[in-house]
Amino acid sequence: MAGAAATLDITDGDQVARARRRTLARHRSGRVGLYVAAIVAALLCAAPFIWGTITMFKQDADLYNAQNNPFVFNLDPTWAKVSYLFDETKFLTFAWNTLWVGLLVVGITLAVGLPAAYSLARLNMRWGGPLGIAIFFVYLIPPTLLFVSFSRIVSILGLQDSTWSLVVVYPTITIPVSVWLLMGFLKAIPRDVEEQAMVDGYSRVGSFLRVVVPLALPGIIAVVVFAFTLTAHEFIYALAFVAPSAHKTISIGVPTELIRGDVFYWQSLQAAAIFVAVPIAFVFNLLLERFITGFTMGAVKS
Amino acid sequence: MTIQRGGALQHEAATPSAEARGLDEARARLADRESILAPLFLLPAVVYIIGLVVVPFFLAIAFSLTDVTAGDPSLDWVGFRNFDAILHDSVFWTSLKNTLIFTAISMVLTLVLAKALALILIANFRFKYLIRFLVLLPWTTPIALAAVAWLWMLDSTYSPIDWILRQLGLLSGNTYWLGRDHLAMASVIAVHTWRIVPLAAVIIMAGLLSIPDDINDAAEIDGAGFWRRLWEITIPLNLPVIAVAGLFGAILTFTDMTVVYILTKGGPENATQVLPSYAFFKSIDGGDLAQGAAIALFLFPLLLAGAVAILRAVRKMETM
Repeated sequence: MAGAAATLDITDGDQVARARRRTLARHRSGRVGLYVAAIVAALLCAAPFIWGTITMFKQDADLYNAQNNPFVFNLDPTWAKVSYLFDETKFLTFAWNTLWVGLLVVGITLAVGLPAAYSLARLNMRWGGPLGIAIFFVYLIPPTLLFVSFSRIVSILGLQDSTWSLVVVYPTITIPVSVWLLMGFLKAIPRDVEEQAMVDGYSRVGSFLRVVVPLALPGIIAVVVFAFTLTAHEFIYALAFVAPSAHKTISIGVPTELIRGDVFYWQSLQAAAIFVAVPIAFVFNLLLERFITGFTMGAVKS
Repeated sequence: MTIQRGGALQHEAATPSAEARGLDEARARLADRESILAPLFLLPAVVYIIGLVVVPFFLAIAFSLTDVTAGDPSLDWVGFRNFDAILHDSVFWTSLKNTLIFTAISMVLTLVLAKALALILIANFRFKYLIRFLVLLPWTTPIALAAVAWLWMLDSTYSPIDWILRQLGLLSGNTYWLGRDHLAMASVIAVHTWRIVPLAAVIIMAGLLSIPDDINDAAEIDGAGFWRRLWEITIPLNLPVIAVAGLFGAILTFTDMTVVYILTKGGPENATQVLPSYAFFKSIDGGDLAQGAAIALFLFPLLLAGAVAILRAVRKMETM
């Protein structure tokens, strides 16, 4: 194939036309392959959600019949199970808890992580290098090991069965990985920009706050998105520390309150998954470009 | 007190009073002094990590050497008895084996599928944003909820997958996805991979976008087809990022038990039990905090070795 272009005789009209046709055909089959691949990928990824959107409106008699086609309504759709989720369970409380815990933890993570990352990436310090690596290795300590001692610490702080215990504990998941990512983003910002700011009269802190932070914004957004998803997904600590339903987050609230022993509230469970998945995915997609810019400028090069 | 000047130029403060000016300058110099700033900026993170990670980490190690339980919180030293008990516990060895299989297979699958998905996501086509939205759903949904949705997909009686297979004439009756040893393990791996792939794809996509277009264009002009460019340009240049995506995925896989907890609770007969879930069941459900800590402790050196190996490889690739 590689030789075809090199030996092409452009004075021969036939040969040129043939080469053009071949390129076009290759291009067209590439487009078809791309669309097929994209649709298959989307269906595989979204399968449980597409199917859940149908299921949440199904009547029991329709759902619990193995002969029925699971992808269509064999009986009339009903709102009953969806309204059950909102009226009879604390779904909205779980969602609210997830949201405020997530935002608070992201706030703490940035307040603590951003200066630390700047210090490690930019300021000269004897222990900078090893310390940066040490912070990353902290990320490797598994939650299943830490919760044994956390249960002690949480009870010493008097936070058993409170959502606040999660606010205390979750930054242990988000800070190390955020510092590591932010270090990469900050290193990618040219030193000259900062030096120029200092020549212009800003102090080191001033140039950090007014020049470096705005430039690192895509990276910071990447960290915000990543940290928020980590807290919203967290399951082990929430399961171990929070029992009263008013304090539960989405992650544990839905599976523990809508599955009671052997009784599964299937339609409501599906509805819960959809109502959580769609808004988060929507926000995530809005920020995706920035998330990627952040990753390209930082983590990739560090 | 003498304050050293930082490396930066001092700016002219326009304040009239000499005293206020002196204060301003002192503050400006303080804000320029790296030897104070560097530790000061680092302090909150270090304090937090020592207080809530390092101390609990050693506390957990201490727990593993005692007989502490949920009912009897006093710490009585028992030496290595817990480790001895674990090493003679066949469920522990099954969990260790399952953890390694679970991580290895889902990582290989994740990287291959994520690479393919990343190539799709960076392409330009109609409905790009709809496809992106659908493709990212597995990662953006809290895993516990996604796992519950899969629980029904794999239900012993009503599984829609079984229904399709029955319609195609490939199956009569039911598959019992979560009821048989190997199928249950395969299901857990599949669901976990399904969940990690979009994240890995986004990370790889970021790496792909940082490859300069002209390299690919030049190769295309020279007549290199899609597959040749993929193997000889894209993948080699993309390899460090693929490794980083693999590292994130491996950490998320190795320490996670949510999928196992919701889909199988480690069953049938511990066929899908992994170390994190076994440690959880021992310490929280069983109340044996000491043994739970001892089991979880095995995760750390394995993870450490894996991470160091991957980071070393990344560094080597980058200097090549």
